[in-house]
Amino acid sequence: MASVTFKHITKKFGDFTALDDLNIDIIDKEFLVLVGPSGCGKTTALRCLAGLEEVSDGEVLIGDKVVNDIPPKDRDIAMVFQSYALYPHMSVYDNMAFGLKLRHIPKDEIERRVEESAKTLGIEHLLKRKPRELSGGQRQRVAVGRAIVREPKVFLFDEPLSNLDAKLRVQTRAEISKLHHRLQTTFIYVTHDQTEAMTMASRIAVMNKGILQQLDTPQTLYDKPNNQFVAGFIGSPAMNFFPAKLKKEDSTLFADCGAFSVKIPDEKFSTYAPHAGKEVIFGIRPEDVHNPEYVPVGIHAAPVEAKVEVTELMGNEIFLYLVSGASYIARVDPRTRFTFGQHVQVMFNMDNFHIFDPSVDKENPIAIR
Amino acid sequence: MASRPVPKIMKQGKFAPWFYLAPALILMFFFIVYPMFNTIGLSFRDSNGEGSAATLCKEEQACWGVFENYRYALTGEIDKTSISAAWKSFWISSFGNTIKWIFLMVSGTVIIGLLFAKLVDGIKHEGLAKAILFMPMAISFVGAGVIWKFVYNYGTQRVQIGILNAIITALGGEPVSFLTATGLNTIALVVVGTWMWTGFCMTILSSSLKSVPEEILEAARVDGANEWHVFTRIIIPIIMPTIIVVITTMVINVLKQFDIVYVMTGGNFHTDVIANRMYTEMYINYNTGRGTAIAVILIMAVLPFIYINIKRFMAQEEMR
Repeated sequence: MASVTFKHITKKFGDFTALDDLNIDIIDKEFLVLVGPSGCGKTTALRCLAGLEEVSDGEVLIGDKVVNDIPPKDRDIAMVFQSYALYPHMSVYDNMAFGLKLRHIPKDEIERRVEESAKTLGIEHLLKRKPRELSGGQRQRVAVGRAIVREPKVFLFDEPLSNLDAKLRVQTRAEISKLHHRLQTTFIYVTHDQTEAMTMASRIAVMNKGILQQLDTPQTLYDKPNNQFVAGFIGSPAMNFFPAKLKKEDSTLFADCGAFSVKIPDEKFSTYAPHAGKEVIFGIRPEDVHNPEYVPVGIHAAPVEAKVEVTELMGNEIFLYLVSGASYIARVDPRTRFTFGQHVQVMFNMDNFHIFDPSVDKENPIAIR
Repeated sequence: MASRPVPKIMKQGKFAPWFYLAPALILMFFFIVYPMFNTIGLSFRDSNGEGSAATLCKEEQACWGVFENYRYALTGEIDKTSISAAWKSFWISSFGNTIKWIFLMVSGTVIIGLLFAKLVDGIKHEGLAKAILFMPMAISFVGAGVIWKFVYNYGTQRVQIGILNAIITALGGEPVSFLTATGLNTIALVVVGTWMWTGFCMTILSSSLKSVPEEILEAARVDGANEWHVFTRIIIPIIMPTIIVVITTMVINVLKQFDIVYVMTGGNFHTDVIANRMYTEMYINYNTGRGTAIAVILIMAVLPFIYINIKRFMAQEEMR
């Protein structure tokens, strides 16, 4: 059990900067998920922590010990790889016992630990098999088992679910969460799947292009994204964005998106008033666009004219592909009976909208709050 | 994927495959199968290939009847005066020397080849380093023999042109006659063979090293393995099938080893090996019976290793 600290970590591969001044404090016993699109540096960060890559600059700490010059074997970490990386020539038992044997742990102790871990993972009947005789899900369990028998300070997971089918992935997700509760150890988990991040993490670090975008609890990331990248990455379907202009008329503020204009609620007037007249990005999540017939009570609803392009019935909800100047997606009540090509009115929930200011960083506008 | 039966219209007739195979089969029959049976036949005949080998038996001497040529091939070099003399003479006979060649050269080429393969793996100019290590393979065996004859040259008392003896005398030692000193000379010849074949072993082992997924090695490192453990407990067991193929291939090569011995010592000074002895009986002594008997023994010795190789190869094909 230990905290982990990335202190001003920079990692360069030739001219390419994979990690740019990364600072993360991971608290003891935390489940931290590093998430981002491929090539964002999340795996590189994990490999730097494991000691499989050397950092170009900065310090990696496990507990309060700088581990920059400590080889992987002495860092007291365990890692579950994307390909599981089981030793093909060894039985499941030997795969799990390998790390313990290298540490000269007594034989009966090894046996006890392997059997105990195998039991918790439900693989005790597989101990004599070779990895090639196992299914994908079983291999994944063995890889996790190999990590937990070592009883390390920190567990690292590098996209461990990406090779499983959808059903098994959901099931294994819950099992990893349970494992974390039981072991009470620091977990660091890398994934490109925001659903995995949202469902398992105590905190999520969103990364893009080697830079940490935001580090927060899943709910905060969802409700208060720092910038347009985080807003677009977290949540599925993704948040809708409209280029807009903040317009002030008397003491009322509007977000004018060209094809439509929505009133900013009075409570938020003071937040956005200083930015009046600016070109901004207006963002609203699909679930905050409602069918006027089924608008939840007590919200500030703003009507918007739209044309229906596609409707997708999901059973418990309907995805509407709408066009109001730009095209966007709405998740509406399943009783909705909009049809293809119909001109309809939808309601934006103006309690949950986001305004991003592109004046500082055009590529990734930051949120105004 | 389950293989579906081939539709009838796409099936070829019974004869078509044989038709395509015919040229190869005919060539193989005339140049391999027929000579092989002829060789076996000749090995039971006398030196001209006419009378039965049994007629070669002499009064008051051991005789194996029609297997007389085999008696000569197997026991001709053995000193039968006492058990210890027999033991001693066996280890300087062509059979004893071939066994020495197998153990020294196969272990030498495979171990050094594996070491080189690991050392060059991932270095900056890997291709260049491998090309240099592989280069002896590009020289003919005769050429290599001539080069190494210079290296081992004993020289005269005044001038020393052999580099090894030049070094020894420069350091104040007495020059050594590498190619005539019994025991040492076979080792000196094995060194030449090892020098030539190590590059070959390295190339094959190097490609199998590269097929080991990097993630498995990383997993072992995180698991607590140092580089030695990674090499001995992970890499070597994973590439063991390839190592075995290299070993059996090398055993076959060494059993057939002829050129180096022929060029450097001609099999004299107790350096003879089976293949060179066969040549000597056949083309120096013109004794076809004895020569072919040795050839048959050589084939018998090679067969098990070819069998292992083919079996391995088929197992690998099945895994694809």
